[in-house]
Amino acid sequence: MSLRVDVEARRGDFSVAAAFEAAADETVALLGPNGAGKSTLVAVLAGIDPPTQGRVDLDGETLDDVDAGRHVPPERRPVGVVFQDRLLFPHLSAIENVAFPLRARGAQRRGARSRAAALLARFGIAERAEARPAGLSGGEAQRVALARALIHEPRLLLLDEPLASLDVRARTQVRALVRRELLAFPGVRLLVTHDPVEAMSLADRMVLVEEGRITQIGTPAEVRAAPRTQYAAELVGVNLFAGRLEPLETGAGRIVTPEGDVVVAWPAGAAGGVEAVIGLLRPADVSLHVQAPEGGSARNVLPGIVGSVSVEGERARVRIDSSPPVVAEVTLGSVERLGIREGTQLWASFKAVEVRVEVQAEAD
Amino acid sequence: MAASKRTTPAVFVLLAIVGIAFVALPLAGLAQRTPWSRAADVLTSDSSVTALRLSLVVATSAALLSLVMGFPVAWVLSRSTFPGRTMVRGLVILPLVMPPVVGGVALLSVFGRRGFLGGPLYDLFGVQLTFTTTAAVLAAAFVSFPLAVLVLEAGLRSLDLRLEDAAATLGGSRWYVLRRVTLPLLAPQMAAGLVLCWARALGEFGATITFAGNLQGRTQTLPLAVFERLQTDPEGAIALSLLLVAVSLAVIVGLRARFLATR
Repeated sequence: MSLRVDVEARRGDFSVAAAFEAAADETVALLGPNGAGKSTLVAVLAGIDPPTQGRVDLDGETLDDVDAGRHVPPERRPVGVVFQDRLLFPHLSAIENVAFPLRARGAQRRGARSRAAALLARFGIAERAEARPAGLSGGEAQRVALARALIHEPRLLLLDEPLASLDVRARTQVRALVRRELLAFPGVRLLVTHDPVEAMSLADRMVLVEEGRITQIGTPAEVRAAPRTQYAAELVGVNLFAGRLEPLETGAGRIVTPEGDVVVAWPAGAAGGVEAVIGLLRPADVSLHVQAPEGGSARNVLPGIVGSVSVEGERARVRIDSSPPVVAEVTLGSVERLGIREGTQLWASFKAVEVRVEVQAEAD
Repeated sequence: MAASKRTTPAVFVLLAIVGIAFVALPLAGLAQRTPWSRAADVLTSDSSVTALRLSLVVATSAALLSLVMGFPVAWVLSRSTFPGRTMVRGLVILPLVMPPVVGGVALLSVFGRRGFLGGPLYDLFGVQLTFTTTAAVLAAAFVSFPLAVLVLEAGLRSLDLRLEDAAATLGGSRWYVLRRVTLPLLAPQMAAGLVLCWARALGEFGATITFAGNLQGRTQTLPLAVFERLQTDPEGAIALSLLLVAVSLAVIVGLRARFLATR
């Protein structure tokens, strides 16, 4: 049981190209910023928008094959979709919404309703069965949408931003339900989200989508350890410098990025020429100074204005608009002691050896 | 609310009274001139009862026909793009603007015994449409049809298409989605279209008398009966007119809750 996707799709001027696989025993998160093309991919997999190129296979059954002219229409796909805006039918009660997939497949009203009632009970909203969607809370409506997507026992479950429209309290409850149902679901599970916390807490593997292209595929731990793009780095809270690597004196080099240079230790085994590399720097390894530091061992000293300060527990993440920009993680005590606010002039410093350099495999 | 606290200028109040009087006075005149002593006789006369029954049958049939024919037209106009779509929409709306008598003449030229459809129909099957109740229904449907198209098209356009997509991913065939999602969601527009068409069909005169003629029991609807009586028995015509006013009033009262209340 598995899903194999290798498609190109177009929506207006926007094109999305994606190739990835998902097995039945894992939850794969499609993670990307808004407008990256995630919903377009959902529409392709659901069969609503046929792809312009490529193919989609589910458990050996070809759902799309543009070259062979094959396109299985949505109503004949073994797919259950929870849409971003839920899209519950406003004229049907909760139980009728959930029974809809069974009724559409020709089930008798009575049997369909009793199965829907059982599922609503499992989701803890049995007493809301006769309510119309307009009368449901966000959390209740999301449960109804999930029940509706599961009742016909699809082999591919597509959840498009299942928690995005919920307030904090409902989100916690529905997340627990989604996690439970994802684990219990026997088919391929695909979770579409822009929220890294959601992706990392619910998914076994992440497929990062940016501007219509897949930029990285890996487990949350792999992405956390080695983000490949600026977006991925920001997701996992790491500084990333992407650019050419130029040699300096023996054992040192310089990553030249469009936004400024960073001195790094020369990576073992790298050739002497110009290569595409990325450098990763943990924010905790960045020191902040109110005056230009002198006589230290830090090879990188970057002056800049504080762009933002965000507090997470006892720590604060300080973004310095230097060249290139960096994020530093310091204690709240340091923020107070150094008088760090937005707009303050600071110097950020870090040693060359603290930047982990990875030579890009696809260097061109 | 803020709006209700704002005072209305006296001039507007006066002008509004003039406007309301413009509608109310003729109705009052009708009531005032009604020969109440004879009204019961006129209204219970065979010709009146027949005309009333015929009017209800014709208006209801015409409204249903308009809705059934209007739906696919509204669908095509709202969901597909083709060259000349604007022109087609204009054409479809034309009967709303055109004088009904002209509509009657046009219908006659197609479905009349020498018309290019009516001719073969008569020659091959011996079917004659003119001067039948069917003709009265066709005439009334002809003039009310644009209303059905306009209301249904607006309804289809305001529909969230993603609901139909969702229904398809849940296993609904096109036909099933139409039946369980699209049509139920259009119910308010269906009802509004039905009422508008019915009201328009009830008052139809020009196209009916031209195309269907004025035959008691077959094509003589209430407006035609009023017109005929006016020439021989003006008092009776007034009594009949009052009957039409009563029918119209009944419709408005029946709809009050749904369509007339602004909030």
